Amino acid sequence: MALPPYMTTSEKVSYYGLRIFVGLVLLFLIAPILAIMPLSFNSESFFSYPMPGFSTRWYTGGVDGFFTDPRWTGALKLSLFVAFATTVLATCLGTLAALGLSRSNIPGRAAIMAVLISPMIVPVIISAIGLFFFYAYTNLNGTLVGIILAHTALATPFVVITVTATLMSFDRTLMRAGASLGGAPHTVFFKVVLPLILPGVISGALFAFVTSFDEVIVILFIGGPEQRTLPRQMFAGIREQISPTITAAASVLIVLSTVMLVTVELLRRRGERLRGIKS
Amino acid sequence: MTDNVMRTADGTPLKVKLRQAERREVRRAFMLIAPLFLFIVISFLIPIMVMLKNAFHDPDIVNNLPQTSELLRQWDGKALPSEEVFAAFAADLKTASKARTVALVGKRLNYEVPTLKSKVTITARKLDKIETGPWMEAVTAADPVWKDVGTWAVVKRAGSAFTPYYLLSALDLRQSVDGGIERTPENRRIYLQVLGRTLGISLLVTLCTLILGYPVAFMLATLPQRTASILMIFVLLPFWTSLLVRTTAWTILLQDGGAMAQFLHITGITWTANMLGLMSGEPQLFKTRFATVLAMTHIQLPFTLLPIYSVMKTISPTYMRAAKSLGATPFHAFRTVYVPQTMPGVAAGCLLTFILSLGYFITPALVGGGSDNMIAGFIDTAMNSEGNWGKSSALGFVLLTATLILYYVYNRLIGIDKMKLG
Repeated sequence: MALPPYMTTSEKVSYYGLRIFVGLVLLFLIAPILAIMPLSFNSESFFSYPMPGFSTRWYTGGVDGFFTDPRWTGALKLSLFVAFATTVLATCLGTLAALGLSRSNIPGRAAIMAVLISPMIVPVIISAIGLFFFYAYTNLNGTLVGIILAHTALATPFVVITVTATLMSFDRTLMRAGASLGGAPHTVFFKVVLPLILPGVISGALFAFVTSFDEVIVILFIGGPEQRTLPRQMFAGIREQISPTITAAASVLIVLSTVMLVTVELLRRRGERLRGIKS
Repeated sequence: MTDNVMRTADGTPLKVKLRQAERREVRRAFMLIAPLFLFIVISFLIPIMVMLKNAFHDPDIVNNLPQTSELLRQWDGKALPSEEVFAAFAADLKTASKARTVALVGKRLNYEVPTLKSKVTITARKLDKIETGPWMEAVTAADPVWKDVGTWAVVKRAGSAFTPYYLLSALDLRQSVDGGIERTPENRRIYLQVLGRTLGISLLVTLCTLILGYPVAFMLATLPQRTASILMIFVLLPFWTSLLVRTTAWTILLQDGGAMAQFLHITGITWTANMLGLMSGEPQLFKTRFATVLAMTHIQLPFTLLPIYSVMKTISPTYMRAAKSLGATPFHAFRTVYVPQTMPGVAAGCLLTFILSLGYFITPALVGGGSDNMIAGFIDTAMNSEGNWGKSSALGFVLLTATLILYYVYNRLIGIDKMKLG
C-alpha cells in the first residue's frame, strides 16, 4: 500500500511506528502460545531451543505420554465427563432463564440479573472457599456431584449472557404468529424459537464447557484426592516437578481452544447472516 | 351494554382481560427464571454467606470451654478471675482433653498470644493428674501465664461466638485489653501491605494492558475489515486459551536458560542491559515480580483491548477528517477529538482488567516470587496450610468488598448487562 505523497516526515514516522508497535504487541500475544507447542515434540526433557531431535514420546511414550500415562488419561476422562455434565445442566438452566428474562416487563429485572451473573463477578478464590465451607456442612466435598454443581454455578452466567444477547434481536412476533397458527407453547419453542436462537445457545454451551474444562481453583479446594481433573493435574505437575508432558497437555488444550474459537466465530457469522445483518 | 367500555366476547372489559394476560405472561417468565435463580441462591449465594459468616463466627472457645466462657462474661477484667472461674476452666480442660479438642483451644488462643498453644497443652496435661482444688493454685502452678490478667482477657474475648478478631487482623488491627481498637505490633503487620501490593500489581497490569492494547485496538478498528479479521485471531486465540495453559506457557518460557532468556540474548537485550548496568550476567526471570506482571499483562490484554475496540468501531472517521480540515495537526485531532470518544471503552476495559487482576491466584503462585503473593494467595495459605478458616474468610471478606465496590462503579459507568463475551 503506497502512502499518499503529501504525508510529512513525522506522519510517515508515526505511520510506520504504529505498525511496528502493533506488530510487536500481536507477536507478544501469540508467541508464548505458539512457542510451547514445538517444545512438546522435543526428544529431550528440557525447555530451550534449538531442540536436539523430534519425538512424540510426550504424547504416546508410555509413562511419559499424555495419551498413554493413566494419570493423564484418567484426568482427561474425568474432565471431559464433568465438563459435559456441566454443559448440559448449565445450558438448560441458563437458556430457560434467558427466555424468561427476555420478556420486557419483569419487575426487578436488574436485581434478578445481578443474582444470576454473580458467580462470574465474585473472584473464584472466594467462590472456592465458600463452596468448601458449604460442602463441609453438606458432605459434598470430594464428590463428583459437588464438583458438577459448583462448575454449573460458575458456568451459567456465560449461558445467560450469550442467550440473552441473542434473544435481544429475536423477533417476538414470530412466537405470536406460531401461537396464532395453533402451536402449543412447547411446539412454538422447538419449531420456531430454538432453531433461530440455536447459534447463541451453542455458543453459550461452549462457554460453559470451557469454563468447566479449564477450572482449576475450585477443584483445588473441593476435589478429593481421586478427583484429579486435567487442570488440577497440570497445576500439580507445574508445582511439583515440571515435565515436558505438561507442554503436551498444554498443546492439546490450545488445539481444543482453537477449535472452539473457530466454531463460535462461525456460529456468530451464521447468526448475523440469519438475522440479515451484513458483516 | 350501554357504557363505552370495550369488552371481550364473555363480557369482561378488555382492560381487565389484558391485565390478566400480562400477569400470566409475567408469571410464566418467573417460572422460567425460577429454576436457575433457586439453583444459584442455594449452590452459590448460600456458600458465599457461609464464608462471610465464618469471617465473624468463632465457635472453638465457646464449644470447648463452655463453662469458662459463660462465667467470664460477668468478669470485669480488672483483677484475676475468681476461684469459681478457675474451677470451671479446669473442668472444661479436662473434658476437652478427653474429647481431644485441647489443640483447637490452643490453636485459637495462639492466634492472639503466640505462645499459648504449648502452654494450654501443658496445663491440660498437668491438670489431668489433679483431682481436687483449690483450682486457682493448681492452674497457676501449671503455668504462670494464667496469673496474667491479660491472658484471661484474651480467653474472655475469644469466648464469644462472634468476634471481630479475624476481620480486624485482616486489616492489621486488634482489640486492646481495654476493648478499644489499636494497630497490631509492627512485626506482625502484613495484611495491609498485601492489600497494597495486590492493588499495586493490579494497577500496573491495567496500565500495561492499556498502553499495549490501545494502539492495537485503534489499528484493528481502522484497518479494512478483511485484514482486521485476520489480525483479530492474534487477540482472540489467547483470549480463548485457558488461563492455566497461558500460565504454563510462561512458566516454561521463563525458566532459567529457557526460551525467553535465549530470546533476550539473541536480540541483544541481555547485552544492552548488562552494558547499562541494569543487571549482570544472564537474566533471572522466573519467580520474580517482573514475571508476574508480564504473564498477567499477557493474560489480561484481550480483556482491556476488546471493549476499547468495540467502542472505536462505532466512531465515525469523519470527525477526525473534520478536525483536520479545520486546521488541526493529526496528533492534535487525535488527542482532542478521537481519544475523548474512546473513553467509555477505556473505562470499561481497564476497570474489568483491574477487577479481574485483584483476584489472581494461579499466575502469581506459579510464575511469581515468594514475595509476590497477592491477597488470593494468602487466602489459600490461610486455608490450606494453616487451617485457619476465620482468617481466610476475613481476607475473602476484604477482597469481596473491594470487588463489589468496583463492580458497583462499573455498573454505574457502563452497565453490567452490557458486558460482552468474545
